[in-house]
Amino acid sequence: MGPVLAGVLQLLALIAALALAYVPLGTYMARVYSSDTHWRFEKWIYKGIGANPNTEMRWPAYLRCVLAFSAVSVVFLYLLQRLQGHLPGSLGFKAIDPDQAFNTATSFVTNTNWQSYYGEQAMGHVVQTAGLAVQNFVSAAVGIAVAVALVRGFARARTGELGNFWSDLVRGVTRILLPLSVVAAIVLVACGAIQNFSGIHEVGQFVGGHQQWNGGAVASQEAIKEVGTNGGGYFNANSAHPFENPTPFTNLFEIFLLLVVPFALTRTFGIMVGSLKQGYAILATMATIWVGFIALMMWTEFAHHGPALQIAGGAMEGKETRFGVGASSIFAVSTTLTSTGAVDSFHSSFTGLGGGITMLGMQLGEIAPGGTGSGLYGMLVMAIIAVFIAGLMVGRTPEYLGKKIGTREIKFAACYILITPALVLIFTAAAMALPTPGHSMTNSGAHGFSEILYAYSSAANNNGSAFAGLNADTQWFNSTLGLAMVLGRFLPMVFVLALAGSLAEQKPVPATAGTLRTEKPLFTGLLVGAILIITGLTYFPALALGPLAEGLAS
Amino acid sequence: MTTDTQKQEDSMSTAAPTRAPHQDVPTGHKESRVGAGLFDPKQLLKSLPDACRKLDPRVMVKSPVMFVVWIGSVLTTVFSFKDPGDWFGWTISAWLWLTVVFANLAEAVAEGRGKAQADTLRKAKTDTVARRLVGESEEQVPGTGLRIGDLVVCEAGDIIPGDGDVVEGVASVDESAITGESAPVIRESGGDRSAVTGGTKVLSDRIVIKITTKPGETFIDRMINLVEGAARQKTPNEIALNILLASLTIVFLLAVATLPPFADYAGTHLTMVVLVALLVCLIPTTIGALLSAIGIAGMDRLVQRNVLAMSGRAVEAAGDVSTLLLDKTGTITLGNRQASEFVPVSGTTEAELADAAQLSSLADETPEGRSIVVLAKEKYGLRERHQGELTGAEWIAFTAQTRMSGVDVDGRKIRKGAAGSVVAWVREQGGEVSEDAGALTDRISEAGGTPLLVAVEDTDGARVLGVIHLKDVVKEGMRERFDELRRMGIKTVMITGDNPLTAKAIAAEAGVDDFLAEATPEDKMALIKREQAGGKLVAMTGDGTNDAPALAQADVGVAMNTGTSAAKEAGNMVDLDSNPTKLIEIVEIGKQLLITRGALTTFSIANDVAKYFAIIPALFAAVYPGLDKLNIMGLSSPDSAILSAVIFNALIIIALVPLSLKGVRYRPVSADKLLRRNLTIYGIGGLVAPFIGIKLIDLLISLIPGIG
Repeated sequence: MGPVLAGVLQLLALIAALALAYVPLGTYMARVYSSDTHWRFEKWIYKGIGANPNTEMRWPAYLRCVLAFSAVSVVFLYLLQRLQGHLPGSLGFKAIDPDQAFNTATSFVTNTNWQSYYGEQAMGHVVQTAGLAVQNFVSAAVGIAVAVALVRGFARARTGELGNFWSDLVRGVTRILLPLSVVAAIVLVACGAIQNFSGIHEVGQFVGGHQQWNGGAVASQEAIKEVGTNGGGYFNANSAHPFENPTPFTNLFEIFLLLVVPFALTRTFGIMVGSLKQGYAILATMATIWVGFIALMMWTEFAHHGPALQIAGGAMEGKETRFGVGASSIFAVSTTLTSTGAVDSFHSSFTGLGGGITMLGMQLGEIAPGGTGSGLYGMLVMAIIAVFIAGLMVGRTPEYLGKKIGTREIKFAACYILITPALVLIFTAAAMALPTPGHSMTNSGAHGFSEILYAYSSAANNNGSAFAGLNADTQWFNSTLGLAMVLGRFLPMVFVLALAGSLAEQKPVPATAGTLRTEKPLFTGLLVGAILIITGLTYFPALALGPLAEGLAS
Repeated sequence: MTTDTQKQEDSMSTAAPTRAPHQDVPTGHKESRVGAGLFDPKQLLKSLPDACRKLDPRVMVKSPVMFVVWIGSVLTTVFSFKDPGDWFGWTISAWLWLTVVFANLAEAVAEGRGKAQADTLRKAKTDTVARRLVGESEEQVPGTGLRIGDLVVCEAGDIIPGDGDVVEGVASVDESAITGESAPVIRESGGDRSAVTGGTKVLSDRIVIKITTKPGETFIDRMINLVEGAARQKTPNEIALNILLASLTIVFLLAVATLPPFADYAGTHLTMVVLVALLVCLIPTTIGALLSAIGIAGMDRLVQRNVLAMSGRAVEAAGDVSTLLLDKTGTITLGNRQASEFVPVSGTTEAELADAAQLSSLADETPEGRSIVVLAKEKYGLRERHQGELTGAEWIAFTAQTRMSGVDVDGRKIRKGAAGSVVAWVREQGGEVSEDAGALTDRISEAGGTPLLVAVEDTDGARVLGVIHLKDVVKEGMRERFDELRRMGIKTVMITGDNPLTAKAIAAEAGVDDFLAEATPEDKMALIKREQAGGKLVAMTGDGTNDAPALAQADVGVAMNTGTSAAKEAGNMVDLDSNPTKLIEIVEIGKQLLITRGALTTFSIANDVAKYFAIIPALFAAVYPGLDKLNIMGLSSPDSAILSAVIFNALIIIALVPLSLKGVRYRPVSADKLLRRNLTIYGIGGLVAPFIGIKLIDLLISLIPGIG
């Protein structure tokens, strides 16, 4: 079996698995966020944090809770790292430097999981499990909560109420992410991922010399790392490390895990707005971009120039031989089109165009299918923009799901689409213009530029993967990337929740033959086009000077 | 008619707006009804001075996209002065200025079309002297000195000094100054025909008018403001689009402004001229330039159809309407019911009935009465007799109170009228009403007709002879029109004073979706509120004072110009032709306005792809030769590529001016079909057109020696 065929078969198996999980998971999540009853365990949590899970919140209240919760999380995670030397189970690692601790705290709270540290050389068991792993759960649950609030905005009428943040947050963890992660962790352990609290081992290498390996609760963290589209690896090598991702099967399984919740959320959306077809249309848009990107990636990675690549059967540099070109391509596209950022291969070593595809995936706003929750709300905002333009073309004030897209709605949507391009481009330009940041580049020329462009695209879009090569553990990068992560996560949430509040206040407009049919393939096509042109073209000049210049050179 | 009036009328007819012919009957599917505003290339030249005047930054700042281009033009010009030998900088600067001027030109042309109409209206608004009543005596005051509540007198030959209601007398009035219609209309105190408009002329008799509007805010003043665009405010939808365009502009501003450090790193320096050129090409200039022209032209299309919208918001709302309330009479059916059949009761012949029916209707001057006389003549050869022919006849004329007409002659009393009235009369005369009369009446009612009974009282006593079947005649082509509306997703509701049975039959015949029978103003209001509660937008027409609350409640309320001032005040549009069918056209114009905006926005954004493929390789192929592969158009040189993109960007504005003034062609089809069509033309077309356009311009430029 050739490597191309292997890649295609793995893709088909992946699609089949996602399709199988789609209906039950999507339906289940809709039930979770529509249910009136609290589990006893959840009631304890509400009592513990002193929150009332039954009051309805308007958007400012909902937003305040999101921000307050996240701010407390950042402070807690920062202090945990700064105090690591005094904590038990820290494997003898010292306190993390302030700039790196800030960067890591924001990184995990924003669901980015950018890592400027080497996990196995810096973080002890307590920080990894009580700090980072906890944030893996709650940051993902925050994302879903905000998405659900927006969906309620569409579904509800003549009320400004968007639900209860605390109940959405807690249920996301207890009823969705925890059960999924437990099952996933067991599967991973069964397939050879490690799960222990052992210390550092000195291991002799075949080729001579020694290597230090440490154990840890790897499988459990690996599970939520993918399910919550987090991406922060226990080890620096992330999912390329055999302890995290031992076999081709676990590799495919991890891709499945990082895609399953974002894709299934489109069904949750469909159920909650009372039209499954609308959910399918959003799913189709996401799937079209995702499959298209994978096809492009496989094409550029398999198209081999030069004898070395021909013998290897593709661009094998930076890829694990146990995964091959096909699976690595699927992983790379999936991880950058979601906000995961886990890697099973080095994106920096992809072909020039392949590297560009990973960057463009993030720059589209990670909406195909995107992060847990953030993918759905990002896509719905783009749908609003597309509906606005298309709606005008059918001769009516544009409306989406029975809600009018008027001045207020378009203002919030327009602000939303401004944020990440502004963060990515301004920070990248500042890094290029200032004398010192450039010293972090490992490569010169277009590839060096790509390293920095990639870093800010990843941070501002809360992806977390890196074009490995850039030395990001400098004060400049730790601070600016941290800032990009915070602003790139929470500013959009402000506008999403404001939008949700505005939609929830409206009364619905009944659909007639004169209404734009947003559940039709024509609209899906339009939405894909709008995403590629509006978001994609923003980055065209920058991409031309990085990956395109490199990729088209040969 | 004095020569003076004639002159005025002549001037009216030449300068009056090109009016669409009265269209009661739809013109079939092939021809688009809306659109077809005239556009004359000469207008471009004529509006040039106006366009240049609009270069004032205080004016430019109102359009964020074009203001960015304006700043860009200033910047490139300044930089060209610094380096006067650089022909490229000068050429780019020139084309950028042209881009701004072209945008202003579009707006100026759109505004210019209203100016001619405004001038005509101003002539009508010549300074009048009003004869104000103070107690019993009159005093002369200038028309501008009138206050609300003043009473003024107008006699034959006087120009009415202000808007008001006739409170005394009746007069024929020439309203051609406003409607362009030269036939005089009757205005009288009380009732629904009491409103008079300042600037119109009393042709006969004397009336006393109570002024209802402040000077400067009269109908004619508002009309002038409207057609000149002075009163134009941005509509909600236009504001929303402007926000989106502004945010896209900022996004592309970021993309361009951050480029210099990237380029410096790559080893090439980008000049200010090149950066501005790239920016102007990327931001949505096409729609930004044409946006306000589209809005003005939309209002203008209404004015051309003799409809005045009091706000642009109303025009937009018209596009969103999902329920149309249409008055049966005059809109769906021809104004009057007509006799179609004589149905005798047993024992009477048709001829007898026809004769009695004709005799009894001679004194009935209503159109229904006339149609009975005509039917008897045409179908039964009964010569129309005149009232004078029958000596000793006592004629009883039709009144709204008795609801009967008739004649007493030769000892016979013949009556014809509404079933209830005639039955009561027969009983009063001591007669019996035969059973089959009731059956016939019911049958006709069920068929949607109106039954009129004919009865006689003679030596045989009082009895019913038979029934006249009055039928509403549905206008031709209405069913097709309602089918079209249904495809557009618009529900039609017929409003009628008829009983439910009659209403149902006519509704079925005309093909409307629903009807409201025995409608009172309260019923109408309740219907509107019910529809609106369901999230629907409602449009209606009306003319009476009792329509005013409903007109005000409706999202689009079109008042007939013949209506009362209360109705005109309550509605947000006035139809000068007083043609209720026009509501359908108004909806189409509203839709067309939105479609034009959407189509040009799509076109504008889709254009960017080609421009990138022109400019990016031009800027960077020197340092990264691989990027020359992006030069898929094979443009001859970097300078020529950038210049071609800028020139295309400017010329496309001028090329699309006619489209923005005429509006995108609109056909009443479903949203799906509309989207597919417009997306193909303006989306796919917008992707492809600039590739061709830029290549062609490049070919031309490369012929110039020294370039390419």
